[in-house]
Amino acid sequence: MTAARSYPTIPPVIESPRSAPNRPRRTRTNTELYAWLFMRVSGIVLVVLVLGHLFIMNILDGGVQRINWGFVAGRWASPFWQVWDLLMLWLAMIHGTNGLRVIINDYTRRDGTRLTLKAVLYTATTITIALGTLVIFTFNPDMGS
Amino acid sequence: MTAVAERPAETRAEAPIETRPVRVKIRRYVPELNPEPYWQTFEVHALPTDRVLNLLLDIKGYQDGSLTFRRSCAHGVCGSDAMRINGVNRLACKVLVKDMPDEITIEPIKGLPLEKDLVVDMEPFFEAYRSIKPFLITYGQPPTREHIQSQADRERFDDTTKCILCAACTTSCPVYWTDGQYFGPAAIVNAHRFIFDSRDEGTEERLEILNDREGVWRCRTTFNCTEACPRGIEVTQAIAEVKKALLYRRV
Repeated sequence: MTAARSYPTIPPVIESPRSAPNRPRRTRTNTELYAWLFMRVSGIVLVVLVLGHLFIMNILDGGVQRINWGFVAGRWASPFWQVWDLLMLWLAMIHGTNGLRVIINDYTRRDGTRLTLKAVLYTATTITIALGTLVIFTFNPDMGS
Repeated sequence: MTAVAERPAETRAEAPIETRPVRVKIRRYVPELNPEPYWQTFEVHALPTDRVLNLLLDIKGYQDGSLTFRRSCAHGVCGSDAMRINGVNRLACKVLVKDMPDEITIEPIKGLPLEKDLVVDMEPFFEAYRSIKPFLITYGQPPTREHIQSQADRERFDDTTKCILCAACTTSCPVYWTDGQYFGPAAIVNAHRFIFDSRDEGTEERLEILNDREGVWRCRTTFNCTEACPRGIEVTQAIAEVKKALLYRRV
């Protein structure tokens, strides 16, 4: 009689030989979709706004030579040009910021660098938008005179 | 009398095969001997019918047996021998030497960890491929008969069924070079193959995966992938169709 031979037990689950995917957690938001859509829509609007702006400022009636305090005051007396400039400021700033955000996402490898660059970017954007908006709304033609 | 086919004497003499000297500059990497990749040039006498793969096999067989590269079927079907030939991603077995200049530069595909010479670690590529669930998903009872699909429905994803997973597209993508987390064109192409398949019910989950930060929105429509694909798949077009499906939430 031979004793019952013991066989090495086979683990019930054979582990995958591959390393676990090193993927960040999925966010399940539509942020990137909206960012992508915003770039397209704002781009189209900005073509009209910026080209119009450049045409008025640089080509029409003698171009840059006639731009002075009074010229700006005259334009901003009309709500139309206030809205035009405000829209241009916001769209251009956010469009550019999102473009830089995408570039930072593409090219930075370390989390620390990405965080720092984005902090600088968002701070600069916020200050520029806030300052520009403040000037458009509180501009007083009689300032300083 | 038996007719004997007399072979004209002049055709019996074999016409001399004209070979052309070609310089093959290969980016080599042997981590055991040299921690840095380096360039090595070989001279090969190419036959008029040679493909770039023949040159590599010639070098490996007659000049330097340590040259390492992948190749399997050697006929443009298996997708093993994708490499950067004169700066563009191609299958070595599909590029004819007669179309090439006298100096041919061969590098491994970019963006994947280099292991030796022209061999890269394909695991990150296949990990991205697996994560988009490249298999038919259905729910409910097992069907009692086959899924019926019209020719028009099949036509929608016909282009993306041609993928052979050679990684030429993914490793030609500048976004993938700098960001290895990006799923890459090949994974999106294979997701497209199931997203637009009328028999598949996993559309929503696949779209959700590709809606992520590392998904289709990373694509900058550089068209490098379309240019690189050895099967002629309109890769950028497929990515755009997935974007559109996400945008309108409709396939």
